[in-house]
Amino acid sequence: MSVKRCTSLIGGLLILVGSLVATAPMVSANEELLKLQKDDGQWASQSKDYAATRYSSLNQITPANVKNLKVAWSFSLGTLNGQEGGPLVVGDTMYVHSSYASTNSHNIYALDLTKEGAPIKWKYAAKHDPKAVPVACCDLVHRGVQYANGKILYQTLDGIVIALDAKTGKELWKTRNADPSKGETNTGAGMVIHDKFIVGVAGGEFGVRGWVAAYNINTGKQVWKARSTGPDEDLMLASDFNAANPHYGRFGEGTKSWPGEQWKKGGGTTWGWYSYDSELNLLYYSTGNPGTWNPAPRKGGDNKWSMTIWARNPDTGVAKWAYQMTPWDNWDYDGINESVLTEQTIGGKKLKVLTHFDRNGFVYTLDRTNGTLLSAEPFVYVNWAKGIDLKTGRPIVNTDKLTKQGEDTKNICPCAMGGKNQVPVAYSPVTNLFYASVNNMCMNYEGQLVQYTAGAPYVGASVLMFNGHEGKDQNWWGDVIAWDVVKGKKVWDIKEQQPPWSGPVVTASNVVFYGTMDGWFKAVDARDGKLLWKHKVGSGIIGNPMTYKGPDGKQYVAVYSGVGGWFGATVSLDLPADDPTAALGGVNAAYLSGLPMATSKGGTLYVFGL
Amino acid sequence: MSRRSAILSGFIVVMILFPFAWQAWGDELKQLRVCGDPDNLPFSNKKSEGFENKIAQVIAKELGAELAYFWWPHQRGLVRRAMRPGLCDVMISIPQGWDQVLWTKPYYRSAYVIVYPKDRGFQITSLDDPILKRLKIGVYINSPPAEALANRDIRTNLVGYSLLNYGDQNERPGKIIQDLIAGELDVVIDWGPMAGYFVKRLNASSPLEVVPLQGGEPGIPFTFEFSMGVREGNTALKAELEQAISKRHAEIRKILEDYGVPLLPLLAREQFPKVEEKPGEVFYRRFDRDDPLTSY
Repeated sequence: MSVKRCTSLIGGLLILVGSLVATAPMVSANEELLKLQKDDGQWASQSKDYAATRYSSLNQITPANVKNLKVAWSFSLGTLNGQEGGPLVVGDTMYVHSSYASTNSHNIYALDLTKEGAPIKWKYAAKHDPKAVPVACCDLVHRGVQYANGKILYQTLDGIVIALDAKTGKELWKTRNADPSKGETNTGAGMVIHDKFIVGVAGGEFGVRGWVAAYNINTGKQVWKARSTGPDEDLMLASDFNAANPHYGRFGEGTKSWPGEQWKKGGGTTWGWYSYDSELNLLYYSTGNPGTWNPAPRKGGDNKWSMTIWARNPDTGVAKWAYQMTPWDNWDYDGINESVLTEQTIGGKKLKVLTHFDRNGFVYTLDRTNGTLLSAEPFVYVNWAKGIDLKTGRPIVNTDKLTKQGEDTKNICPCAMGGKNQVPVAYSPVTNLFYASVNNMCMNYEGQLVQYTAGAPYVGASVLMFNGHEGKDQNWWGDVIAWDVVKGKKVWDIKEQQPPWSGPVVTASNVVFYGTMDGWFKAVDARDGKLLWKHKVGSGIIGNPMTYKGPDGKQYVAVYSGVGGWFGATVSLDLPADDPTAALGGVNAAYLSGLPMATSKGGTLYVFGL
Repeated sequence: MSRRSAILSGFIVVMILFPFAWQAWGDELKQLRVCGDPDNLPFSNKKSEGFENKIAQVIAKELGAELAYFWWPHQRGLVRRAMRPGLCDVMISIPQGWDQVLWTKPYYRSAYVIVYPKDRGFQITSLDDPILKRLKIGVYINSPPAEALANRDIRTNLVGYSLLNYGDQNERPGKIIQDLIAGELDVVIDWGPMAGYFVKRLNASSPLEVVPLQGGEPGIPFTFEFSMGVREGNTALKAELEQAISKRHAEIRKILEDYGVPLLPLLAREQFPKVEEKPGEVFYRRFDRDDPLTSY
């Protein structure tokens, strides 16, 4: 080759090396995981990729041929309570997990996709002493395992972080993250970034002061832990924290925005889905509601940083920015929902953004490099706030909808379950649309409800829920919608009788898959929502479907069936309609929507193929 | 016929002629299974040192039943996972109006109380006392007094304690009184039976004043009536318990007084009605698992 070309080659090499040195994270990069995520034949992370898009470029299954989809094989997960999350496929192995059984055991299986019928390669059955969880926690669900570097990683319901050898299922290490004797538990899947497993905690109602923590995937040692409320050193704030948006609040807010010392019972739990930008090296996650559920004692400040989208360096834990969505929460709009990372053209500029469909009914799009708020629109009917002021970032609260112990506040929309709950959305770069499973429910805060715990009585408000809003739209309980984040509007809407509690997956060939709580697994056209195919599975679906390519080169779609979770617990917990106390407590919602006559409990993995 | 077989056949004749005699015999052996908190004084513990344990003993004796316990903390899930599956039949002391169970007629009434050292030079009789704006107040978060204080714009000088953190050693019911005695707090607003017991037990260097809060505010009651609670639909046991409580009323009152439970006169009416669901409206409650628990 000529000297000139040689020189430019060398120059190019030097630049390449230089850029690697400049941008390489502080510790060894988990290049393998990034590579696996790009291979659409695999599904190596619960959210498919770090951007949490739940999008696959696989296109063998199309709107034209999906009507031929049929069950290829199925597998019983071994428990009968609500099955959330979904399987992973790494190489030729599928990793599945179950909900918790009544024996407090929790199954993880590795299935061999190379053999007919996908036989079990190994099984890990974790069993936990029920007395280790004296707080009889609300849920039996678990949102799944993660994979990295030949290991399977997960945090149990009672707060133990475990690493298994992905080949053999052997336990490599375990360590405690959450202490159930303090009300701390876990239902989330966490996320692996570099050599760290990043996990959160649940239990806000117990006054838990939430956090995220990072554990070294090789040793199990805790590397850092960052709180959601409290002094700056607990929050681990960068010196330029929120420099781009100082009006969001900068230093001292984790204590100042609370009366007195109430930040100590601050809540701000972190059990939702996470996302990560490997170029910016920022982890994105969101926090839940404050520990004191009545707003009156917390009045006088924003109660930061509950209800907040955080951006942190995953290696050090240091926070670059944070944006609070619902200051001084009055409604239990737990802010833990996920943030999906995309590039959008806004105001003529191509921006790296994140989009977050919050429980409070607004979909927020922020510049994810610095947290600047770009848009916030209601994606369901909302009346607790008239809108979000883009300049200040604050909601314009409708003071009629504030709540107070002893006073009635009616027709608050959305209900506490949220415009969208933890069910993850999907995003297609082909359509540039988001696909979300949302709720059509509002609520009344009314009267007083006598409560009792550990010997002492207190009262709470009766929170009554109903579908529709202000007397309208009362024939269904939820929707699957397609949302255009640039135009700020809904493109199509599928009404579902039961609130859909299954996070969609979308493919390059414009097929969206999702499940319904009464057991229909559906394929719809990503462009217009037209129903293309459906199949009735054994039990309602609250898991998230995924798609992968088998060793035979064919595309498959897999989903858990097994109803449960908040709305579906009527079925998974066998609550009868004629039990007079079962008639109280939300059982009625499910009966009104017809759920108990529409499905029964189960726990099965279904794999579909052409 | 031998003497023994004569007696035996006489016995059989009696049992055949008087079939209800079998039933009486069976009733003698019945059990009163109490859902007991294994470690929550003053209410209950596994050594039966709590006032619920003492009251249970009295009731069991009155009913002629063997007293047995299912031990699990009185936290969310107990009714669903122990009482409903029949692992235990009665909770000795629950607030009237608590809709998880069928409650008996109330048998005692108590109140949230203000507690402070007598030698501090102040006297507080109600939450309206302006001195509360200046003092460091210990209070249980989410309790009615916490709400009432917030309504008086008293927030920044509160130190919060949690009822729900059962296992956390920093949150045991006596801690709030210990912190008061240690001078970390100036005044405490505590649930009466808890305060009364620890005030009696923790010999403070200077005595503590205990002042019951009266009445309440709209939606924020300070006093509660207490009943026994049985599984919904178990009207037979409810009736038996009501009878036993009535008969042993004086003994039960003495037990409560010995434990320092602040007692107020029972109300002539039901304090909290059963909450009704209107058609088309449903309650938002968390769903608890309902698989049976195993006793501590």
